[in-house]
Amino acid sequence: MSERPSVCRLPDGRLHLSHGPIDLVIEAFGRKDAVRAAYAGAIDRFETILDELCEELPLIRTPADRLARVPEGVVARRMVAAVAPYCRNMFITPMAAVAGAVADEILEAMTAVATLDRAYVNNGGDIALALGPHAEFSVGIVDRPDRPSLVGTAQVTGGSPVRGVATSGWRGRSFSLGIADAVTVLANSSAAADAAATVVANAVDLPGHPLVERVPAVELQPDSDLGDRLVTVAVGTLSSDDIELALATGRKAADLLVRECRIEAAALFLAGFGRVVGELPIAGAMSVAFIPQSESERRPVYARHYLT
Amino acid sequence: MSEIRDKIRCDACPVLCYIKDGMTGACDRYANRGGELVRVDPHLLLDRTLAQGGPVVPFRKRDEWDGDLVADQPRFVTAIGAGTTYPDYKPAPFIIATKLNGIDMVTVVTEGIFSYCGVKVKIDTDRHVGPECAIVRAQGEPVGHVTTGEYGSQMLSLGGVNHLTHGGKKEGRVTCETLLDLCNGKPVELSIDNGVTVVVHAGEPPIVNGEVEQRMRVGCGSATIGMFAQQWFGKVDDVVVVDDHITGVLSEHQAGKVLGVTETGIRIRGRKSTPGRYFHVAEPGIGWGGTNLADPLTIVEGFDPAKAWPGLRLFMVSTTGEHSAYYVLDEALRPVEAELPPELVASVARVRENCEPALSTVLFMGGAGGSLRAGVTENPVRLTRSVKDMLTRVTSGGAPVYIWPGGGITFMVDVTRLPENAFGYVPTPALVAPIEFTMTLEDYAALGGHVDHIRPVESLRPDYGQTVGPSEENPWPLEPSSPGRRRQR
Repeated sequence: MSERPSVCRLPDGRLHLSHGPIDLVIEAFGRKDAVRAAYAGAIDRFETILDELCEELPLIRTPADRLARVPEGVVARRMVAAVAPYCRNMFITPMAAVAGAVADEILEAMTAVATLDRAYVNNGGDIALALGPHAEFSVGIVDRPDRPSLVGTAQVTGGSPVRGVATSGWRGRSFSLGIADAVTVLANSSAAADAAATVVANAVDLPGHPLVERVPAVELQPDSDLGDRLVTVAVGTLSSDDIELALATGRKAADLLVRECRIEAAALFLAGFGRVVGELPIAGAMSVAFIPQSESERRPVYARHYLT
Repeated sequence: MSEIRDKIRCDACPVLCYIKDGMTGACDRYANRGGELVRVDPHLLLDRTLAQGGPVVPFRKRDEWDGDLVADQPRFVTAIGAGTTYPDYKPAPFIIATKLNGIDMVTVVTEGIFSYCGVKVKIDTDRHVGPECAIVRAQGEPVGHVTTGEYGSQMLSLGGVNHLTHGGKKEGRVTCETLLDLCNGKPVELSIDNGVTVVVHAGEPPIVNGEVEQRMRVGCGSATIGMFAQQWFGKVDDVVVVDDHITGVLSEHQAGKVLGVTETGIRIRGRKSTPGRYFHVAEPGIGWGGTNLADPLTIVEGFDPAKAWPGLRLFMVSTTGEHSAYYVLDEALRPVEAELPPELVASVARVRENCEPALSTVLFMGGAGGSLRAGVTENPVRLTRSVKDMLTRVTSGGAPVYIWPGGGITFMVDVTRLPENAFGYVPTPALVAPIEFTMTLEDYAALGGHVDHIRPVESLRPDYGQTVGPSEENPWPLEPSSPGRRRQR
């Protein structure tokens, strides 16, 4: 039978909650009793969150414009709301926002019971942030998760509307219809960032390109919400023109989202090249990763978030 | 259809993914390897090579590996991070075969979820921490009680099913958190009703009401008299060893009599037990010798004028040597404090030297008598019998355990002998503790084990899990006869 949700404290004191595919690393800052209460709130809420989602799994795996009914679960509703802006123009299921929606829900359970200076819930790279007016988070961006070194940091301040960060791309844990190595989005919630990152990563694409290998999603995961849609499994060495073209289509999609105020900013990565859309408060060495000085410096880029 | 055949349904979580051969489920933690559901996230292995100074294979992902180098290393798979299959009608997550000196050994590895569990805490202090049965609290919530004291130590019994699941929700959560922190070697502050506040940290000195306890008492007051009478004889006329349990008086004590110490006519408050031994000289507290005394003369009612004499030298000391005082009787036979003579300073130092370092020690205690056994064998009671017959060795994270006699498999383990952060918890609330059962293949088959689920230890990829060296004080878990070396403190 099922494993139950597990709770543990990481050696550095952060809270680690995991249950099935959900893996949360949580940290709250503030008065000791407030932090304790927030962690207790997170644990209480976490206990049933996966069960709630699984009860409506067939529903939330359906394309968002064809939902038979409104889901009952609050997390599922967050997911539906996050993908709603996109569902008339493209294929998208509420699952595109599941990680972000879980992060938002747990964060809200924490801030509902405690007044914190700041807090984050990191659900495998999709992060919900709580920030007081003067608080600040520095979100580190790493180009290779297996060789973690910061190539840049994005400052998120309490004054900005950003409360969510998410990354999508074919090299990540979920499938992608596009070829972006990673698209990182900053938005006003983690669910909104999650959905938008999926959409923009799908848009970074070269349809029909011979160097891009794709297979139907069901061949990899029989119960994938993407059905027999082709998902990217390998990308060969692309020419500069191809990279330029793919990033340009992605950028156009991201630009629209910024103009419609659905997201604050996005960073798009493909084969060592990057594009920034909107006001991405990234400092320092990030530009180096974006524009390699020579062809030889080009390398695959993953974006991962490390909160500092 | 082949497509149906090559995928399996994972029931490790409610998502119930279909997983194709060679792929992982949505969690990336469970995978389908040749039609078998396996768990692939880090899991702790004890590697004997590390302890024996052999070549170390670093824990890292490698594209290619030299299977030989790893396969020869004695390796013990602990249950830490193994996960569980609760309620365990399914075989335990790992059933591992190893060859030891030519004999096939099997270790069944699982993490147990213990809602019936707790810790026994031994606090080396003479100080009164609270009355017996007093409630022990953490964060204001009741998490256990003061139980019967042991020689030189106060004992707490914490956790248990009543605090974990039968009390309030907060009580359960705080109890679980307290147990988890204590088991994972973190300091925990506990307050005792009508008693003290004590910081318990396994393997570290207790902190009682903010003061770090340095030493255990050498013995009760009477025992102290017995130990040091000869050294005091001739240097002083009478000695009172102040102790909340039994206060000793040299001139009346059997040890003094044997040495021929003259009667001094000293009169001590409290209830006389046998000559020179007094119960209840004061109230328990955190003063002299675990009493509430700040001034030891409080317990001296006076001196019999027929026996005492002016100039009589009286030495008073506590059982730990932390407190001492020296008095000389004046003309009216009243004790007047004087400077401690050098030979008695040395004797106080000797008392102190004989007191061992005070520690808090924590034993985890849990009952593995429930369904967990079904993950090991189809007929659970046979595992219990096999453990009782000493055919099956039980370890917890590779550390030796004490199995309580009687029914079930109720075990105790010193939490400092497990690798770091070996314990976890589930929000039930209950503790998750590692438990391994090791026996010969022959015995495993005999008790109806899940023999078809045994896999050789070599089948664990070299980059599987996290490898640590075994604690040198623990016997190697696969060799029941090898003695461990206790750490010298």
